Amino acid sequence: MATAHEIDEVLLAFTRALRAAGVPVTHDRSAGFLEATALVGLDGPAGQQLTYAAGRATLCSTPDDLVRYDQVFAAFFDARDGLPRERPAPPSRPVTSQMSLDEGAGEGDEGADDDVVRALASDVEVLRHRDLATMTAAEKHHLAAMFATLRPRPPLRRTVRQEPWRRGRVDAARTLRASMRRHGEPARIEWRHRRLRPRRVVLLVDVSGSMSGYADALLRLAHTMTQALTTRGGRVETFTVGTRLTHLTRALRSRDAERALVAAGSAVPDWSGGTRLGETLKVFTDRWGRRGMARGAVVVVFSDGWERGDCTQLGEQVRRLRAVAHRVVWVNPHRGKAGYEPVQQGILAVLPHVDDLVAGHTLATYAELVEVVARA
Amino acid sequence: MTASTRFDSPADAVARLGATGYLCDDDLATVAFLGLAMQRPLLLEGEPGTGKTALAEALAAALDVPLVRLQCYEGIDATQALYDWDFPRQVLHLRALEATGGATGANLEEAEKSLYDERFLLARPVLTALQQSPAVLLVDEIDRADDEFEAFLLEVLSTYQVSIPELGTIKAATPPVVVLTSNRTRELHDALKRRCLYHWIDHPGLEREVAIVRSRAPEVSASLAAQVVGVVQRLRTGTELEKPPGVAETLDWARALHYLGTTDLDLESSSRTLGALVKYREDADRVKHALDNMLRA
Repeated sequence: MATAHEIDEVLLAFTRALRAAGVPVTHDRSAGFLEATALVGLDGPAGQQLTYAAGRATLCSTPDDLVRYDQVFAAFFDARDGLPRERPAPPSRPVTSQMSLDEGAGEGDEGADDDVVRALASDVEVLRHRDLATMTAAEKHHLAAMFATLRPRPPLRRTVRQEPWRRGRVDAARTLRASMRRHGEPARIEWRHRRLRPRRVVLLVDVSGSMSGYADALLRLAHTMTQALTTRGGRVETFTVGTRLTHLTRALRSRDAERALVAAGSAVPDWSGGTRLGETLKVFTDRWGRRGMARGAVVVVFSDGWERGDCTQLGEQVRRLRAVAHRVVWVNPHRGKAGYEPVQQGILAVLPHVDDLVAGHTLATYAELVEVVARA
Repeated sequence: MTASTRFDSPADAVARLGATGYLCDDDLATVAFLGLAMQRPLLLEGEPGTGKTALAEALAAALDVPLVRLQCYEGIDATQALYDWDFPRQVLHLRALEATGGATGANLEEAEKSLYDERFLLARPVLTALQQSPAVLLVDEIDRADDEFEAFLLEVLSTYQVSIPELGTIKAATPPVVVLTSNRTRELHDALKRRCLYHWIDHPGLEREVAIVRSRAPEVSASLAAQVVGVVQRLRTGTELEKPPGVAETLDWARALHYLGTTDLDLESSSRTLGALVKYREDADRVKHALDNMLRA
């Protein structure tokens, strides 16, 4: 039996391993863990199970943490030689697979192939419109300054609560009170109306390979909107979709755009990876959207609708999303290009379930988008 | 702390919660035990219908203390969670003083003071819990409230006291047991999470769910309960559903079947009672199809 001192060291080493695996363990959390293990007791056959439960409760705070915790715990404590047998897999390893425009061009992808050709063919055209994908680093820097000129406003909704207003319905209580103050002398009539509150805005940014040229600009736009809307009392939630769903809201909360973008970039594991748009949208709707995040919200999807595999799932998922959202806005960077027709399968599948289809390839179109969102 | 407001061990938690009809697994019992021992709030997340709110009720019953519930919603603020002054009664009181001539001269200050008496204080859930403590304070669906409210709650939960400018500080003799539930519609702030013990409640396994049905709906026969739970468990894992049924739905379905006098689950009775289990038309179709396969086999 080890001494108490050694046990504490082992437990603290475990919290370090956990931190290395990406679980945000702070000192007070570690202290809480030690306190909890002391309370439940480490001895006896149930000791390991109790330590496990105590650690889960004190060190984790999201379902993602729980998965990592289980891996690290198994590797750390189940090792027979006293050393971890296998290193826990880093929780979010960037998927470096190139989005292959040609790789999956098997049967059923003829329409998709067509789109590549069209996109390539229209590139010349696009340069004139300052397509973001074709910009140099210096131009992008300049663009960052220009993004500051966008003035996003939150979309509004009417709430049940009412507030005093210049016109609207008669506010009997206030009118009477005012007249009482004048000893029953009829005073002027007071009015009230239903209060307006900002609607939630949810941004889903496709960061797959086919969108890689726009990803930087779109995140910048997401950051601009997050900052502008939250200062006006609104709420913006941002996710990236690709091969997996990443919650970016927190990363974009930083006021400094560059810092926020770096944080966002390191948080997204599937940068320029493949696309499983339908699947990730389903994950979003199941885990976040239906629970309330998308309810009554304005959902903006930035994607070219480029889907590997079957597009019926994509259509189905957008339908589900729209069933809970107030409005679904689809932003397709290819839409603004000359000669664009929504013939690509993914877009065809989602078109019936989308309220607005707007372009998203120049700053002017972003200004338009900001307007569409504000009026939604 | 008295013996009644804490558990002796995780096993004690299992036993005492079980006695109230809430059957929890060892992990959840450990968390409940720790929450009480360390005086930390419990933050419970999980699919709807897995018994997050029920745990708070069971805790209150097991500890034999009152349950105070605060349902959060968008725009909730301190006056709805903490306290408010009963304005009409204060006015009435003033009028009464006026009529009896009590509000003159030297009595003026006295009269003013009497306006902010505890009897004019409307205690809202958080204050009620602090006053009645030992109690269980359930803050339901905290994710629906705004960020500002979270910060406010954090303040109360860290000190277990409330300052009322006109009256002074009200502090709980023993901190109440606090249970927060969240549906994860938004990420809670780290500062709040840090203070809590976190637990994700999953759907129970087959045996436990059968036991839950047997304990919550004792009128349902053992064989029917086993069949119902078996089907529900297979639906959760094997079928793509908009909203997989939770334990609450399992209970509803078992009761519905029982009221129809069903002893053995068959296609006819189950499709008639499907409304208790799934709440989407698409799901109903899928479940009918799946039931067809399951019950035929």
